[in-house]
Amino acid sequence: MATIEISHVSKIFRDPKREADVVALDDINLAVAKNEFLCLLGPSGCGKSTLLNMIAGFERPSAGTVVVDGQAVTAPGSDRGVVFQQANLMPWLPIWENVAFHMLLRGGQKAERRARAQIYIDMVGLTGFENHYPSELSGGMNQRVGIARALLMNPQVILMDEPFGALDEQTRMDMQNELVRIWQEHQGTIVFVTHGIDEALTLGTHVAVMSARPGRIREVIPLDLPRPRDITGRQFNETKRHILDLLRSERAGASLETSDHA
Amino acid sequence: MRYIRRLRTLDRAIVPVLILAGWEAFSRSGALPAALLPAPSTVVWAWADWVFGTDGNTQTYSGHWIFDTAASLSRVLAGFAIATALAVSIGAAIGWSRATEVIIEPTLQILRPIPPVSWIPLAIIWFGIANKPAIFLVFLGAFFPILLNTIHGVKNCDRNLIRAGAMVGGGNRELLRFIVLPAALPSIFAGLRIGIGSAWMLTVTAEMVAVKSGLGYVLWDSYYFLRYDLVLAAMASIGMLGFLSDLGIRAVMARVLHWQRNTTIQGGE
Repeated sequence: MATIEISHVSKIFRDPKREADVVALDDINLAVAKNEFLCLLGPSGCGKSTLLNMIAGFERPSAGTVVVDGQAVTAPGSDRGVVFQQANLMPWLPIWENVAFHMLLRGGQKAERRARAQIYIDMVGLTGFENHYPSELSGGMNQRVGIARALLMNPQVILMDEPFGALDEQTRMDMQNELVRIWQEHQGTIVFVTHGIDEALTLGTHVAVMSARPGRIREVIPLDLPRPRDITGRQFNETKRHILDLLRSERAGASLETSDHA
Repeated sequence: MRYIRRLRTLDRAIVPVLILAGWEAFSRSGALPAALLPAPSTVVWAWADWVFGTDGNTQTYSGHWIFDTAASLSRVLAGFAIATALAVSIGAAIGWSRATEVIIEPTLQILRPIPPVSWIPLAIIWFGIANKPAIFLVFLGAFFPILLNTIHGVKNCDRNLIRAGAMVGGGNRELLRFIVLPAALPSIFAGLRIGIGSAWMLTVTAEMVAVKSGLGYVLWDSYYFLRYDLVLAAMASIGMLGFLSDLGIRAVMARVLHWQRNTTIQGGE
């Protein structure tokens, strides 16, 4: 049984200004197996974030079902860790309290929270910054805190919504390597939304290529590339070409950067 | 650097010193009858007797300052505490729940434009001439600024932070307690600072009309006895206490909101 099962999911938004319905997602079927690293790749407006938000439980499908680990998703919950586009940390809490925020809400003892936070702070490489506040750290460091916060809950799946989108090229590459390392050590199922082809091919075990208006899954491509991924290798480029062909065959107008974040 | 800083401290004193000196000179020149505008030195003299009982020139008030101050301060604190407790809880409920907003807010919006001072007659017939009408007025004056700022703070809480809280498994109660209220604190403190100002204003007003003790009462009583030096001393005392209460709130704020130090424009200093 797959960890995440999305069957016949559609999402229709009402556009009150045009008085028309907009089909954001049209009959999506997708299964993510345990320990799979799936990248949802598509142009802006293809509904990839909407799909992720449905797995997270922030949004409800207009039709169809989302099942995580045998349970139909109806609301957000700590079995699904989310890493947001912006880190979304509590600015009034020091880093370690943010990492252990899940335990704070559960009423955990301070010493216990502190000790457990330390494990994940070390894991994402922020040792020494435990007592800093989010405003004192860089964007990349805050994003690491967001990842540590999601990991601490030991969730069934981790959902990431363009988490490195706002970072500079160098930091993004470092973060991608870190994420792969953590995923390999920690084991877990990850769904990662991106509009960068290179990013998807660097990270995933599978890439689901989406098309826009209406949002559909064009193809799910399993990636059989050795790690660390060589972004200049022959196999890498062949896959990239195939994805580009898929995207080009779509009608013009949808924007998609070939290299990350042009 | 140190030279510049010392110069700055001196700069700050220039205008007040000039005003005091000019006032002193003007009062002594005899352009106005001395009783109408007592010189600063006369005011200090009266004030000293009021506070320490130095020579008895303020007669029954000699040495009585601490009791007058305590009377006013206790009214301010009582009214302000009740206003804070009610305004923060009602404000949080209105800001958080649309249903509560629909039920409660219209009534509050109708009551709000009525100046607290205009409640004085009702306050007197309801509570008599004592502490209670004054506390009631202080409450009215402090309640609305705190309420409005709390509503504003709660409504402006970043939706993404609430999402993050729901993601780590928070229910409504946890989200309110651990995210919405902390996020609203800067706004709530802004309301408290406005509220404490209104609280002093209304205590003094109430003491002029509805109570027979406190700094406002001394001020009004001295006016009847033509002791304008004591009137000015009372005004200065009220100003000083208002300033100190605001300083107190700012001290608490600096402790509670220390995380804001690096996120505000002035934080760099």
